[in-house]
Parts: sequence; structure tokens; C-alpha cells
Amino acid sequence: MTPLEFFAWLSETSWSVDLHESEIAYPLIESVHVWTLCVFFGLMMMVDLRLLGWTMRSVPVSEVLGRVLPWAIAGFVVMVITGTLLVLAIPLRSYQNLFFRGKMIMLVAAGLNAWFFHYRVYPRIVGKIVDGIPPNSVRIAGATSLALWIAIVFCGRMIAYNWFDCDRQPQPAIINFLTSCVPAPSVY
Amino acid sequence: MLSFFQWCYDTPIGETIRESTWLFPLIEAAHLVGLGLTAGAVLIVDLRLLGAGLIRQPAAQLWASVRPWLLGSIGLMVVSGTLLFLSEAIKCYYSYAFWVKMTCLLLALVFAFTIRRHVVQTGPSPDRALQSRLTAITSLGLWFGVAWGGRWIGFS
Repeated sequence: MTPLEFFAWLSETSWSVDLHESEIAYPLIESVHVWTLCVFFGLMMMVDLRLLGWTMRSVPVSEVLGRVLPWAIAGFVVMVITGTLLVLAIPLRSYQNLFFRGKMIMLVAAGLNAWFFHYRVYPRIVGKIVDGIPPNSVRIAGATSLALWIAIVFCGRMIAYNWFDCDRQPQPAIINFLTSCVPAPSVY
Repeated sequence: MLSFFQWCYDTPIGETIRESTWLFPLIEAAHLVGLGLTAGAVLIVDLRLLGAGLIRQPAAQLWASVRPWLLGSIGLMVVSGTLLFLSEAIKCYYSYAFWVKMTCLLLALVFAFTIRRHVVQTGPSPDRALQSRLTAITSLGLWFGVAWGGRWIGFS
């Protein structure tokens, strides 16, 4: 089963159809996705700004990571759950959406950046810095995270718009390539 | 009132945004980034008032550090929000979510810079724990109303 076939199959399931057609569940899930964006994205940016040394300089980095990050992660869990449900409601269009693909790639990049920071950068400096402006390695990780999350939010917002949708042909060949779109009526 | 909204709708800025494919979504995305930053700055202080998050620092100190970011992000939200509003002022006039949002926004801002600021700056004291918690809950409730109303303008 190719990914395209998988998402086409997913869109035929009763779960997907029910979610898609629901007049309450879909807007509600989308709203929860935005509310938890406030918790996750908001607190993540505060953590990143602290890593950059741009706010809360009198609060040790370890404090911010230990006491703020868990709240952000809790928000992230809800974002993943609601986000998955939103994809489940519109599987094929999401899979073939240019901005959705961009968002997923950047999510992986943000995950790698977080992994690199926690296991490679942070252990080397823990105990050395207490407060003030962190060393450059930490600041670069913070800046990368901040840039990626802002770009992810931008892409997330753009998923709702259909400029590059598969059923809007003709599209440039590069767009059809990037969205694995076969511009034939049989796909839709 | 409706004629004022009509005037807003008819401004060249509103018309430009309406007729552009990219402008509205891009301004919307900037508005979302502003929302996140506002929420982050509000949450750092409100979590502290609730006795969670950065509890080793006084609330007044946290408030002082995040205040420039809060003011900056509110500025970004007001500018981007005004642009979005100009492009669909008539829709907003008839949207109850819009009026809920604006009422909550006004209350949230007044609350943040009066009662909440006072509570934050009077400093920690065990007998004021309840007062701190009520302040945080009120603040979070009002900002929740702002975000809820904002999302539902799009659904109406």
C-alpha cells in the first residue's frame, strides 16, 4: 500500500467521514488545537527567548527548562492528538497539501534540534552557567527552535488555503511533484 | 456604528487585503504568532500566581522580565488584528464572536494593568494565596475568551 492509497483508504473510513461532516466536532477540535497552541507555542517561545538570553535573565536556564518545559510538553501532547484528528478528518487533502508537508518536515527538524540540544549541547554546560546570557551553542539552539516553531505556525495556518491543492489544476510541475499529485480526475 | 464599520470596510487598506490572495493569510499567521507570544508572557506570570511554573522567583520579577514581550506582542496583535478587521469589518459587525472577543480583550487588558499588576507587585505572602489564584484564574479566563472569540469569528 502506497502512502497515497493509505490516505485514500483513510478518507473512506467512517471515522474520517463522521469527523469531516460533523458540524460541532471539527470546529471544536480545531479550536482546542488553537488554544493549546497558546500553551505550547507561547511557553516554547518563552523558553527559546530565555535560551537566547532575551528575557528572564535572572532566572537560571535550568529552572526555566525544568519548570516551564513540562507545561509546554503537556500542551504539545494535546496539539498532536487534536492535529492527528484534524488530519483524520481530511486525510487525502492533508497528505497532498504543500504546507502540511512543509510543516511535518519542520516538525521533524524541530524534534532533532530539541534532541541535539538536550543530549549534546545542554549536558556540557549544565552547572557552568547559572544565569545571565547563555553561551552561543545554547543561543543557536534557542534561535533555531524559535525560527522553526514560527515557520511551523505559518505553514499550519496556510494548510487551510487551497492555492496548491491537487484538484486545482493546472499547477506548475514542481508543485505537483512536491505534493505527489497526479493531475488526473481519477485521483479525486 | 454600522456606518463606521462600513467606512472601515471601504478603506483602501481593507480593499487591498480583500483582493489579495496572500495578504489575509499572511497577516493571519502573524496574528497567530502574536497570540502565542502574548499567551506565553501571560502564562509565565499566571502560572506563578497559581503556584506553578517558576515558583522560586517573585511574581513581580517575572512580570518585569516578560512585560516588554507582552507589550510588543500585543502591539503586533493590534496592528495585524486591525488589518484583518478592516478587510472584513461588515462580517465582524454581525458576528457575535467578534463582540465577545472585543469585550474580553478590553476587560483582559484593563485587568492586566490594574488589579493583576497590583497583585503581582504586592509580592508573595501566604495569606494572599487565594487572592493570587483568583487573579490568575480571572486573567486566564478573560484571555481564553479572547482566543475563543477570535477562532470563532472564522467559523461564523
